Amino acid sequence: MGMTMTQKILAAHAGLETVSAGQLINAKLDIVLGNDITTPVAVNEFKKAGFDSVFDKDRVAIVLDHFVPNKDIKAAEQSKQCREFACAHCVSHFYDVGKMGIEHALLPEQGVVTAGDCIIGADSHTCTYGALGAFSTGVGSTDMAAGMATGMAWFKVPAAIRFELKGKLPANCSGKDVILYIIGMIGVDGALYRSMEFTGEGVGSLSMDDRLCICNMAIEAGAKNGIFPVDDTTRAYMKDRCERQPVEYTPDVDAEYERIIEIDLSAMVPTVSCPHLPENTKPASELSNIKIDQVVIGSCTNGRMEDMETAYRVLNGKKIADGVRCIIIPATMQIMRECVERGYVTAFIDAGAVVSTPTCGPCLGGYMGILAAGERCVATTNRNFVGRMGHVDSEVYLASPATAAASALTGYITEAKGE
Amino acid sequence: MKTQGTVFKYPDNVDTDVIIPARYLNTSDAKELAKHCMEDIDTEFVSKVKAGDIMVAGWNFGCGSSREHAPLVIKTCGTGCVIAKSFARIFYRNAINIGLAILECEQAAEEISAGDQVSVDFDTGIIYNVTTGKQYQAEPFPPFIQNIIQKGGLLASLKEA
Repeated sequence: MGMTMTQKILAAHAGLETVSAGQLINAKLDIVLGNDITTPVAVNEFKKAGFDSVFDKDRVAIVLDHFVPNKDIKAAEQSKQCREFACAHCVSHFYDVGKMGIEHALLPEQGVVTAGDCIIGADSHTCTYGALGAFSTGVGSTDMAAGMATGMAWFKVPAAIRFELKGKLPANCSGKDVILYIIGMIGVDGALYRSMEFTGEGVGSLSMDDRLCICNMAIEAGAKNGIFPVDDTTRAYMKDRCERQPVEYTPDVDAEYERIIEIDLSAMVPTVSCPHLPENTKPASELSNIKIDQVVIGSCTNGRMEDMETAYRVLNGKKIADGVRCIIIPATMQIMRECVERGYVTAFIDAGAVVSTPTCGPCLGGYMGILAAGERCVATTNRNFVGRMGHVDSEVYLASPATAAASALTGYITEAKGE
Repeated sequence: MKTQGTVFKYPDNVDTDVIIPARYLNTSDAKELAKHCMEDIDTEFVSKVKAGDIMVAGWNFGCGSSREHAPLVIKTCGTGCVIAKSFARIFYRNAINIGLAILECEQAAEEISAGDQVSVDFDTGIIYNVTTGKQYQAEPFPPFIQNIIQKGGLLASLKEA
């Protein structure tokens, strides 16, 4: 029996000819990642276990992104602990304020991750890098500590679901609508412990930012990882960017998939996940009576350049509806800079929005846009659990940047128009 | 390893944001964090839970964020074991790594009620409902994972290797 893309990467990193679903393996890691929330716990465990050095100072990435610039004294102490650890171990990929971005937008942008990699990150959205053809998965802080110390991690080789993409997205849809639609179809545990492998002729029509967004939310279906094959779009993105040589893996023709689900991209419609689970999806057009108080455009899911371009196209020359707070958060400093250079920031401010430095901030209810009881937000983020963005009686509706921006202008959930 | 206690019952898809809301994650102090365990869906849990008590939940327990703070606060509150129909994969991994006892058993999770007295033998996977007199057998862990548990967590197991 052949192997899936994921299984081939895992076999290569475990030094095995073949692996099969369910097999327990020890695999070599290319990158071990942590952030300002998860790294302090990992550092404590690392020290408690008596380790005194990281396995490779160039293969550990620590990104301060959740609560920075520090939201309060305790957050400042956590950042300081990360900074001191990174400094003590000469961690080369340490990203502090000024260099930082939201980790899953930053690492691909900076070429720290590449095709064929085996990556763990102490953040559930580490699955994002599958868009580059890497195996990448979220773990906890203890796994991060063990990974930093040994450069290895144990995995149970996952079975897989294949999503066969065909056609091309309509102008008012993006990768976000695709992944919300899929989560709505299979549920928040529909891919539990499994890989989500995206293949088919439709892949070619998706941009890198679409693919990064789709893989980012694989965890919201319970998946271990999401992964795309490498094509010309990926190669063009990685060229002159990745610090290590990409390795391309394709699934065997007889690879075993538990399910094959065909997705017609041309049939997608702007989709919204209603409170309080990402699987509660509906077409945006059916929710036009939902009045909103806030819009957030940003996060590791949708804070990339294409997302900013979409927000600009919708908001430029228009006014945010009275009573709506619109918060726009470019995900990295490079994206922020480009938004400034292209005049997007001016257009956002003129429309009545605010623009923040990169941070995960409101996505996880940290700061920079917390909701009061009874308030509703349309957000391009990834989770709409109870209390996720603030008060337990607040509500988050997950949507694409186009739908979020269109909703900011009307004050109600509004289907994005194709432009 | 055995535990016996009172059951706190929760639904499907209990996510790590309600187990420990992110607004408290500006510290990694487990005792400080544990004061807020489950508060967004059960404000009484922290004041009522006693050492050895048992959480019973539905499908996909611990979905969402990878925060290890989630199994850590459940353990720090004194919870002896979490029984669920299924666990989200990162939570499952984290629980094993930090030494929080968890068991997958669909029938037990379905039939056990809030307030029941339940005893669990973690080594055999036998769950006994003292209140109803009914016994269940949970899925055993693979030997590889049993080894991590017996060594006292992932880092301890690495040290011994």
